[in-house]
Amino acid sequence: MSWLNAVELFLQTAVQMGTPLLFGTLGGILSEKVGHLNLGVEGMMLMGAVMGFQVGVLTGNPALAVLAAGLAGMIGALIYAVITITFMGNQVVTGLALTIFGTGFSSFIGAGLSGVSLPENVQASLAAVNIPLLSKIPFFGPIFFQQSLYSLSALVLAVLLYVYLNKTRYGLNMRMVGENPSAAEASGINATLYKYVHILAGGFCCGLGGAFLTLVFVPRWQDNITAGQGWIAVALVIFATWNPLKAIFGAYFFGMLRGLGFKLQSGIPIFGHNVVIPAQILDMLPYIMTIAVLVFITMNKKKENQAPAWLGSPYFREER
Amino acid sequence: MVKKALALLLAAGMAFATVGCGGSAPAEEAAPAETPAAEASAGIPKEDIKVGFLYVGPIGDEGYSYAHNQGRLQLEEELGVETVYVENVPESADCEKVIRDLIDQGCNVIYATSFGHGEWAYNVAQEFPDVYFGHGTGYLQGDNFSNYMGRVYEARYLAGIAAGMKSAEGKIGYVAAMPIPEVIRGLNAFTLGVRSVNPEATVEVKWTNSWYDPTMEKAAAVELLNNGCDVIAQHCDSTGPQIAAQEKGVFAVGYNAPTYNAAPNAYLTAPLFHWGEFYVSDVQSIIDGTWQSQSYWTGLATGMVSLDELSANCAEGTAEAVDAARQQIIDGSLFVFTGPLKDNTGAERVAEGVQMTDAEMLSMDWLVEGVIGTVG
Repeated sequence: MSWLNAVELFLQTAVQMGTPLLFGTLGGILSEKVGHLNLGVEGMMLMGAVMGFQVGVLTGNPALAVLAAGLAGMIGALIYAVITITFMGNQVVTGLALTIFGTGFSSFIGAGLSGVSLPENVQASLAAVNIPLLSKIPFFGPIFFQQSLYSLSALVLAVLLYVYLNKTRYGLNMRMVGENPSAAEASGINATLYKYVHILAGGFCCGLGGAFLTLVFVPRWQDNITAGQGWIAVALVIFATWNPLKAIFGAYFFGMLRGLGFKLQSGIPIFGHNVVIPAQILDMLPYIMTIAVLVFITMNKKKENQAPAWLGSPYFREER
Repeated sequence: MVKKALALLLAAGMAFATVGCGGSAPAEEAAPAETPAAEASAGIPKEDIKVGFLYVGPIGDEGYSYAHNQGRLQLEEELGVETVYVENVPESADCEKVIRDLIDQGCNVIYATSFGHGEWAYNVAQEFPDVYFGHGTGYLQGDNFSNYMGRVYEARYLAGIAAGMKSAEGKIGYVAAMPIPEVIRGLNAFTLGVRSVNPEATVEVKWTNSWYDPTMEKAAAVELLNNGCDVIAQHCDSTGPQIAAQEKGVFAVGYNAPTYNAAPNAYLTAPLFHWGEFYVSDVQSIIDGTWQSQSYWTGLATGMVSLDELSANCAEGTAEAVDAARQQIIDGSLFVFTGPLKDNTGAERVAEGVQMTDAEMLSMDWLVEGVIGTVG
């Protein structure tokens, strides 16, 4: 096996490991762009993971399984949305509560699912496929286009979301709600409706991200299967500066970092010395880099890199 | 007169003090025969026993915590004592809180099942001398504190034979949790098993640095498969590596619990624990009043560990080879860590004909020849 081939295989895995992160990040972006910081990503991912698997096992229908995963994430997001939009509750506390709730909910539903395997046909229809033509592209083809359609849909979704955010009227309205809901309402936009729709859509994405693990990657239900990936997604939203295209890069890059640990733990030769990089350093990297990006965007005040101005604050229409 | 009274008082005081010390002194000096007679003869009636278990992961891990839970169920069934358990107990100071909670709920026997629970459990044990403690896979010992472990390396050696006979390429992968002596010992025993039937084979190790992370365990296995391994073994708690092997059409050795269903086309066998063997005998001794602080470490011979039934995926002749080795280990003619043993840098670690002692095995921090990888 040539080294190029080895790199290909490595990056192919990186894309798979980045896929749940990408879904989670897109969910986070949708929510934060309307001004709602949702720390419940981990919880919604777990809810999606368990419900997707449960429905997949019960019905043997991959489409229903994926749909159920999204809906489960959406229900989590609905709880969050009602508390933070309608009752104007604290977003940080509500998000954390959602994560704790989602973890417990998934353990409860999943209690009977350990040791159960996904029906063959579900596994088969979600397995990696060769996309015609695209998978023939040298080097990049195998990495991005010899993948499950599920992975691929994350990529497509990210591009669509970018177009939606930046090139459509609805996207513009949505960003306006996140920047200044009063101004948005003054111009006739129903801020509450926008918030609900996008937070729920974000929950749907998070649910899909979790279910990628139980339906495609592992594919099995195991308690707390996301093991903190939802938190990496929360960090990735900032890392990507709320931009879905940068989120693609960020998610795959962080996915690669997770895999890189295995490459480096046997040591890499530097100037004739075998240097072993502790895996813990690599585990820290996503967060360190997120902090670095935060510092960077705070210092060079480029407008398009900033967090939505209204992020984290409740909006009360009568309060001017 | 006053002096006499004072002297008497002092003498009485000293006598009391001696008696007071007598309660704990014999055990401290590890003279089990003399453990406090009063305590020993009394025992605790089975209705009054409540056993608390601490699991490091969820029972649903299909692995380590699952196996302990099977032991707990066996304990309930065979002795009819009341048990409670807590899942996902972190290996941090929080662990102390969980133990105190359990004791508050009336537990008088505590089993902390994970290595990292040890120190915390030990701290609490000193505060509650009337509660019996057991620490799985640990090394600490005290008046009311035993440690227990299965000699799973014996079963791993057998698993190595099955893997070595199956591997056509002679490249075997090993997904390992943490670089601590227990895991290193298992990896080394496995490698020795592999090379007893396939002398040129190598075992490449990848550490996940976590006891439980299904995604990373799967990813580590994928990495090994990408490197060309055609059998994957594991010392981690999820079935991810076995599923990864099945997806690539190669083979896998599980761990802790029979997981044939997870990857029916890949599964060869798995080293298994039967923690119930210990739990039943330990609690029985509490009921009988014969409990002694001990370091319980037994293997194939007592049934504390075993190798799961070989699946049809195994190479021809595996059953015979494994059975032969099992017999030799049980009757003592085969000891896994017998010299000459070299480490994977080529340095000799155990001289010809020398058997490693328990103490040496419990602090093993080097990888045998044939392992590709480093410690940590």
